[in-house]
Amino acid sequence: MALTTVDYGTMVMLLILVAASLAMCFIKDLVHAVIVYGTYSLIMALVWLQMNTPDIAITEAAAGIGMTVLMMVAIFRTSRREE
Amino acid sequence: MRLWALPILFIAALAICIILTAVAELPPYGMPGNPAHNQVTRRYIENAWEETGVLNMITAIVLDYRAYDTMFETIVLFTAVLAVVITLKTTEGKGD
Amino acid sequence: MRDFILKRVAALLLPFIQMYGLYVIFHGHVSPGGSFAGGIVVGLAFIAFATIYGLERGRAKMPERITTLTESYGTLWYGIMGMVGIIKGAPFLANKLAGIDLGTLGTLSSGGLISLIGLGVGIRVASTMITLFFTMMEEES
Repeated sequence: MALTTVDYGTMVMLLILVAASLAMCFIKDLVHAVIVYGTYSLIMALVWLQMNTPDIAITEAAAGIGMTVLMMVAIFRTSRREE
Repeated sequence: MRLWALPILFIAALAICIILTAVAELPPYGMPGNPAHNQVTRRYIENAWEETGVLNMITAIVLDYRAYDTMFETIVLFTAVLAVVITLKTTEGKGD
Repeated sequence: MRDFILKRVAALLLPFIQMYGLYVIFHGHVSPGGSFAGGIVVGLAFIAFATIYGLERGRAKMPERITTLTESYGTLWYGIMGMVGIIKGAPFLANKLAGIDLGTLGTLSSGGLISLIGLGVGIRVASTMITLFFTMMEEES
C-alpha cells in the first residue's frame, strides 16, 4: 500500500505529537509545559480533522487548548510554579 | 545513573515492545473490512436521518439512540461539581 | 498598565467567542459540534474574563445564585424532556416514537426534542466549568 501525500502530512503531525509529549516530561517550568501541551492539543485537533471527525476536533480544540491551559495557568497563578 | 534504574528501564522497554506488537496487530485505518463496520454501523448510517430527523449523525446517536447514556453523563458532571463544592467551598460568616 | 493590551483584546474577542459557543450549541444537530463542545466554549469565555479582569468582576458577571440554578436545573431539564415521552404514551426519552414532529431535515427546527435536550446539556457543561473554576480559585485566595 503506497503512502499518499496526506499520509506523509499525518506522519509529520504524529512525530510532532511524540516530540511534544516527550518535551512535556523534561520541561521544568510548569507554565512552559502547559504551553507545550497547548501545541500538542492543536496538532491533535488537526489530526482528528485529518481523520474526518470534525466533532472531536472541535471538542479537542475547546477542551484541550482552551479549558485545560486556562485552568492550569489560573491554578499556577496562586500556587508554586516550579516543579 | 544509579544502578536501580536499570531494571526500571528494562521493564519500560519491555512494555513499549509489547504495546508496539499490539499496535502492529490492529486492522489498517479506514479499510472497509474492519471489524468496526458491522450491522450496527450500517443501521445508523442508513436509518439515522429518517428516525431522528437530525443531519449530524453523532448528535443523533448521542442525544437520541444513546440518550440514557448522555443523561447519566450529565449526572456524573453534577456529582463531580457537588464533590468539589462540598470539599473546597468555604462559607463561614457569609450564609447563603 | 501591564495588562492594557490583554484587556482590550479580550474585550474585543470575548463576545465573538461566546457567540460561537452559542452557535455550536444551537446548531449541534445540523453542523459539526454539539452541546458538549459548545458548552465548554461558553464556559471558557467566562473563565477567560475572570482570569484577565480579576475574580471579583468575573463573579459579578456570573453570580453564585445563577450558577447554582443552572447547575441544578440543567440536569432536571433533561429529565423533564424525558418525561414528555411518558406523557405521550411512549418510552422514556422517546423522540419519534412519541409522535413529535421532526421537521424538515437540515433546518434549525428539525429533530424534535434533540435541540432542546442539547440546549440543556450545553448550559449544564458551561455552568460546571464556571463553578469548578470559581470554587478552586476562591479557595486558593
